[in-house]
Amino acid sequence: MSTPTIFTSGLEGKSDLIATYEPAAPFEVVVESSVKKLFGRHIRERAEQTLQEFKVNKGRLVIKDDGALDFIIAARIEAVLRKAGVAKAPPFKPIDRTPAEKDRLRRSRLYLPGNQPDLMLNAGLFGADSLILDLEDSVAPDQKVDARILVRRILGEAHRLFPGTELIVRVNPLSGPFGYEDLREIVPALPHLLLLPKCDTDHDIKEADREVTAIEREFGLQGRILFMPLIETVKGVVNAQAIAQASGRNVALCFGAEDFTRDLGVPRTRDGKETLAARSQIVYAAKVAGIQAIDTVFADVGDDQGLLASSLEAKSLGFVGKGVIHPRQIPIVHQAFAPTAAEIEEARKIVEAMQRAVETGAGVVSLGTKMVDAPVAERARKVIALAKQLGLPGVEGL
Amino acid sequence: MQWVENALGRKIPAEIDGRPLKPFRGAFQDQGGGRQAAPRVPLTTVPGRIDKVVRSWDELWERLPLRDGMTVSFHHHLRNGDFIVNEAMQRLAARGLKDLVVAPSALFPVHDGLVELIKSGVISHVEGSMNGQVGVACSKGLMKKTAVLRSHGGRYRAIQDGDLKIDLAIIAAPAADVFGNANGVLGKSAFGPIGIAKADSLYAERVVVVTDNLVPFPCVPMSISGLHVDHVLTVDTIGDPTKIVSGTTKITRSPTQLQIAELAARFVEAAGILRDGFSFQAGAGGISLAFTKFLGERMAEKKIKASFVIGGTTQFLVDLLNRGLIDVVTDGQSFDLVAVQSLRDNPRHVEIDPFISYCQHARGCFAHMLDVAVLGATEIDLDFNVNVNTHSDGLLLHGIGGFADAAAGAGCTIITAPSFRKRIPVLRERVTTVTAPGEVIDVVVTERGLAINPRRQDLLEKVQGKGLPLVTLPQLMDQVHALTGIPDSPRFGERPVAVIEWRDGSVIDVVRQVLD
Repeated sequence: MSTPTIFTSGLEGKSDLIATYEPAAPFEVVVESSVKKLFGRHIRERAEQTLQEFKVNKGRLVIKDDGALDFIIAARIEAVLRKAGVAKAPPFKPIDRTPAEKDRLRRSRLYLPGNQPDLMLNAGLFGADSLILDLEDSVAPDQKVDARILVRRILGEAHRLFPGTELIVRVNPLSGPFGYEDLREIVPALPHLLLLPKCDTDHDIKEADREVTAIEREFGLQGRILFMPLIETVKGVVNAQAIAQASGRNVALCFGAEDFTRDLGVPRTRDGKETLAARSQIVYAAKVAGIQAIDTVFADVGDDQGLLASSLEAKSLGFVGKGVIHPRQIPIVHQAFAPTAAEIEEARKIVEAMQRAVETGAGVVSLGTKMVDAPVAERARKVIALAKQLGLPGVEGL
Repeated sequence: MQWVENALGRKIPAEIDGRPLKPFRGAFQDQGGGRQAAPRVPLTTVPGRIDKVVRSWDELWERLPLRDGMTVSFHHHLRNGDFIVNEAMQRLAARGLKDLVVAPSALFPVHDGLVELIKSGVISHVEGSMNGQVGVACSKGLMKKTAVLRSHGGRYRAIQDGDLKIDLAIIAAPAADVFGNANGVLGKSAFGPIGIAKADSLYAERVVVVTDNLVPFPCVPMSISGLHVDHVLTVDTIGDPTKIVSGTTKITRSPTQLQIAELAARFVEAAGILRDGFSFQAGAGGISLAFTKFLGERMAEKKIKASFVIGGTTQFLVDLLNRGLIDVVTDGQSFDLVAVQSLRDNPRHVEIDPFISYCQHARGCFAHMLDVAVLGATEIDLDFNVNVNTHSDGLLLHGIGGFADAAAGAGCTIITAPSFRKRIPVLRERVTTVTAPGEVIDVVVTERGLAINPRRQDLLEKVQGKGLPLVTLPQLMDQVHALTGIPDSPRFGERPVAVIEWRDGSVIDVVRQVLD
């Protein structure tokens, strides 16, 4: 097989560009763009700046642009230069990022394909609690390098693109050919969380922890990055407990139904009976480990009723959130995971009864004919806290 | 060339092609008065029936006083499925005519071939509306004379006032009788309302109805009255009505467009506009369709019924009509075949022409009865001025349609647009071309928030504290610039290639030649 002489990055379509680089050709930068009249000069400057960033002054770089923003231009050019072997990863630049929180609202996590910039630009506007920049299933093997670089550059712009949103990167499994390189590229860019797919055993988490710790040490970022193991195999479900407790970085266990049902060898149905036991097992494992449990995605974007039912079911099983694949799903999921007016009212009565009990020095708290024990009280307090956080009515004065 | 400044500070030539121009003074400064231009008195001293039917274009031309420089008008109800504009213009070219003025109510990509006739001098310029390649040709200075762009209401007014003198009106109709009575709803080529051709039929020197469906006299409904028609030309086909579909017939999946539509619907609700008996207009673009859907959901939930809407009609409006959520659809044009069928069959779905919906010479047109209009734009500036004609690169790519009329008329005019397209900001310090002045624009809705015109403190007070992401246009522009960068200015020549008329005939802006 001969070595390629020309290297490409980027996809045809809005907000992206296709960069091609021919290292053996004489030094030249060619810019074509659908927005050339307004941004042609600017795009050329940005291209030349990126070449300088990597100290490249040879070869022929051709850009076919369709309105890509600056960091996308830089990502695509960096990708062709690195594929051609004329550039290495840029030096580490510390990022000022609010630290990840272990406990926070994670009702919705929106998946974004890692190599599709047009879907990312406005992704912060739809109110998702977390965004997942995906390097795994939504990225073809020959685009892994491009996606990795694009996602790293996007993380550098996240303060402007997605202010206030939790940033998660789904890396490839360490058991495959891409995982380690993903970590080396992404960890220094400081996402809040890594979503670790196809977790089968606690070893998968421990190995990721070891590797992330090493990279963090190298760049002085100790312990900043948290984990969300994604369980999507039968083996993973059976080992859920060990996985949940494998690392102090874990904040939530996620379930992936698509791969799980494939692994189990059964079709995935709308009401999801085939995954019920697995989902419950994941919730229990998370509970014991003191972390959150988050449900799988609902794949039919057109079925709002189905999504609502599925989300309500997930909530009833003990999950605190769901994955979403289209922003339209976010308000429905949020609606499902918000406490209902009846739940708030019930919780309010319990909390008030407890307050009265404290004031009167009563040993046993009861509400009507029912005794309020510690777990009931705890749940009521959580409902009130969530209702307050979401600004829902019915919690005034508590 | 002598230039004057209009009320928006735009430079306007004092005259163009020998015609003095009236600078724009304000949206509602026209004082009325005066008299309309009177139509021609026809020759009717023939005994008995007048034989109006001709069977071929050549026979038609023999019966008409054709001359160089004449103005030929068309309607655009067949949209991108129209066969007649191209056919007629090619045949006039074949007869050796030149310097013709084409006066369509709109042109579509199917008419791109007219560019060759512009280059060869058969067509001197366009008065009315143009899109796509004809617009590009105009921008590049290929037209001999200066194009004029008018809104639908403005076109009707210009015809009434004699600003637009039509020598020959060619009206494609899917159903007509030997007398020239015609409508748009019957026959294999049915396309819906035919109202845009109304003014042409009333005022043109000669009126020809072209049909592929000659029905027995009398053709009812008679949307175009044969009383005004000189000739009826029969042809095999006038067009392909499946191509009247405007943009899309499906609700968009674009999260950004859905976000904008949702915000617009939330605004309409928060501002108290959404109440029983309210009225609205929304177009057929991706955002408008989604807005109509979200509005409909809120109407159904709150049991609110709209008194009327002005269409641009789509299946989504028809659905609301059939579910009893709209009392009457007044329809100026159909954007899909469901709308065509509904207009034909549902007595609460009625045809209107631009005099009824939009014209400033009417004693209060329907647009002024609207509570809210939701419209798109290519650019919006910090003064809320809106551009729908040119893109930021200066190219003239769109007509005005009913934009200026609906914006001026509606109680609340909402512009919906993404804050940038590709990397081109939609919010500009100053729009490339002004189509409508900021004084008629009340709200701008983008995916990054919603800006209320400071002139509308009343709206601001109503929606404050209701969870809407309120922003100012300068904030929004800065936010977008931080992402996109600031675009360079395109290079313009001195020559004005097109005049943008406000609905009263005053000139709100000119489009300059774009240099490469």
